[in-house]
Amino acid sequence: MDLTYTPQEEDFRARLREWLAEVLPTLPPKPSPDDWPARRAYDLGWQRALHDAGYAGVHWDASPTTRLIFWEETERAGAPYVGANFVGLLHAGPTIATEGTPAQRERWLPPILRGEEVWCQGFSEPEAGSDLASLRTRARRDGDHYVVSGSKLWTSHAEVADWCELLVRTDSAAPRHRGITWLAMPMDAPGVTVRPLRTLAGSAEFAEMFLDEVRVPVADRVGAENDGWRVTMVTLSFERGTAFAGEVVACRRVLGELAREARAGGRWDDPALRRRLGRLNAEFRALWRLVQWNAGETETAGGGVPGVAGSVFKLRYSHARQELYDTAAAVLGPDCLDLDRPWVLDRLSSLSYTIAAGTSQIQRTIVGERVLGLPKGR
Amino acid sequence: MRLHPTDDQRALRDSLRRLLARRFGAVALRAAVAGPGLDRALWRELGAAGFFALRLPEADGGVGLGLPEAVLAFEEAGRALLPGPLAATCLAAGTVSGAATGETVVTAVDGGGLVEWLDASDTVLGDASGAVPLRSVDPLTPLHRVPAPASVGPPDPVAVLLTAAEQLGTAARVCELAVQHARARKQFGQPIGAFQAVKHLCADMLVRTETARAAVYAAAVTAGPADIAAARLLADEAAGRGSRDCLQVHGGMGFTWESEVHLHLKRAWVRSHRAGGVTESEELLAADLVAGAG
Repeated sequence: MDLTYTPQEEDFRARLREWLAEVLPTLPPKPSPDDWPARRAYDLGWQRALHDAGYAGVHWDASPTTRLIFWEETERAGAPYVGANFVGLLHAGPTIATEGTPAQRERWLPPILRGEEVWCQGFSEPEAGSDLASLRTRARRDGDHYVVSGSKLWTSHAEVADWCELLVRTDSAAPRHRGITWLAMPMDAPGVTVRPLRTLAGSAEFAEMFLDEVRVPVADRVGAENDGWRVTMVTLSFERGTAFAGEVVACRRVLGELAREARAGGRWDDPALRRRLGRLNAEFRALWRLVQWNAGETETAGGGVPGVAGSVFKLRYSHARQELYDTAAAVLGPDCLDLDRPWVLDRLSSLSYTIAAGTSQIQRTIVGERVLGLPKGR
Repeated sequence: MRLHPTDDQRALRDSLRRLLARRFGAVALRAAVAGPGLDRALWRELGAAGFFALRLPEADGGVGLGLPEAVLAFEEAGRALLPGPLAATCLAAGTVSGAATGETVVTAVDGGGLVEWLDASDTVLGDASGAVPLRSVDPLTPLHRVPAPASVGPPDPVAVLLTAAEQLGTAARVCELAVQHARARKQFGQPIGAFQAVKHLCADMLVRTETARAAVYAAAVTAGPADIAAARLLADEAAGRGSRDCLQVHGGMGFTWESEVHLHLKRAWVRSHRAGGVTESEELLAADLVAGAG
């Protein structure tokens, strides 16, 4: 049991901290959440700054512990989030890096790392959510192109993306996992229609996407035809182990703010509320240790896929986040109904955590079957 | 940075697990429930294996290891439902003669006024005058109540952490028991573990256990009071709720005296009342938030 960082890791942290202190005051003001083009420009500008300072590929080639330090320090310093770069940096990029041809890597990876191109993810469909392998968007071969038709759902950043990592069915006769292919689709191709979806928090964070006879070159297929399921799974849980490190740091900061607000507002004298806050302190301390545990595990597993430990973390964290903002509502009292008060929108957003990227129910099934070895059922 | 036990730490844990399986297996456990009393031969054997002297410096006849090793040892004790005032004796290893070797059994008056294993102990720390026995809910933990306990100050954080380690052992064990049963027991033509309702109970047990494990092991490394209080809350929850879920998975059999499950639940209850109970830890962690120690 060891919680010390190596001299190299400490050095990385010190240099990163120094650079953040220099660069963050020079950033432009954060754009309005509703101004998508401005958000795209802001997020790409941040990635460009990371690139120029030598941090562009930290999510790919750095050790898990180094990545953890990166998330921790950028959050502590109040740096911008990965934002529109999320899919490029944390899913499509690593997938191309692992499964792409040299020409594909040369075409797509540098623009992601330099902050020039935005990717979105076209996986889920109206009839394929938790059961992703039942996806129906079809692609048929026509010479050196695929012709794609169907619809996709929950596509974050679709309005401003240049590329979409798309899962399509290329063999409807094969067993469901074996007839799927991974394509890179340009978002400006004829036949692509994007319609923003408004979340319950009122903002347009994701979209639905309609594909009508969209032509995608066969050369833009990553991996073999009908091998898309495996290609996707290689990196689906790529970042589960440490990507939430920054969010845990942020939650611990919010918790401190809640305690101070409770003191200022007089609710601190309520022992039930005070102890609820104390319990959340325990919860987020433990979650931070779980992040460290997962980083150490991935480190020695040779940078492998932290899928299983990731499920344990995700289950616990998503519920803890909801409890955090429910407690914020208890601290606010009736003010928790005022959307202009802090934490009220966060409380609404937190409701997605037990659903997105695998519902808690699906995660429990994964833990039950893959970790505990319980039999599959119906 | 690697929070996992090292190879040496795992070897220590494994050897203790073998010793406890040999000396305090299912048969010995039943016998202990039927005829309560401390097995002094086992206690000395544990002493010889270094159980009570893990943290004592080698110069003082100890093993010279640290809190992480002690935590792993207490996790094994928790798994095995090992009875006795383990933490009090371990903490007294440097001060009470014979405690380190298992010759002397040491108990202590808890801040809440309860004393475990008073009659079986050779030395009592704290003022136990006027102590009266109560009918303990846990058949493997005799309890006395001290009518007017003297103020004993805040609990020793090491005692809190060792208790958390025992709770972690319980949490891991009841998860294993539930999974074993869910794989073996068939209803409606399939193992009950194939039903999502049962599978998800088991998954939640594992999630609570592994979260508690990260907290307990980290607290063993930092020894910080807030980390220890957090470990305690998480481990108490994992042991208490885990034992109940395990009982639920076992169905009617889980409700019988013959089943092992109730022993885990009752011990978890006893441990959750040590050292001021969960309230003390929650208050400490609440105060920590406004102290800005983050």
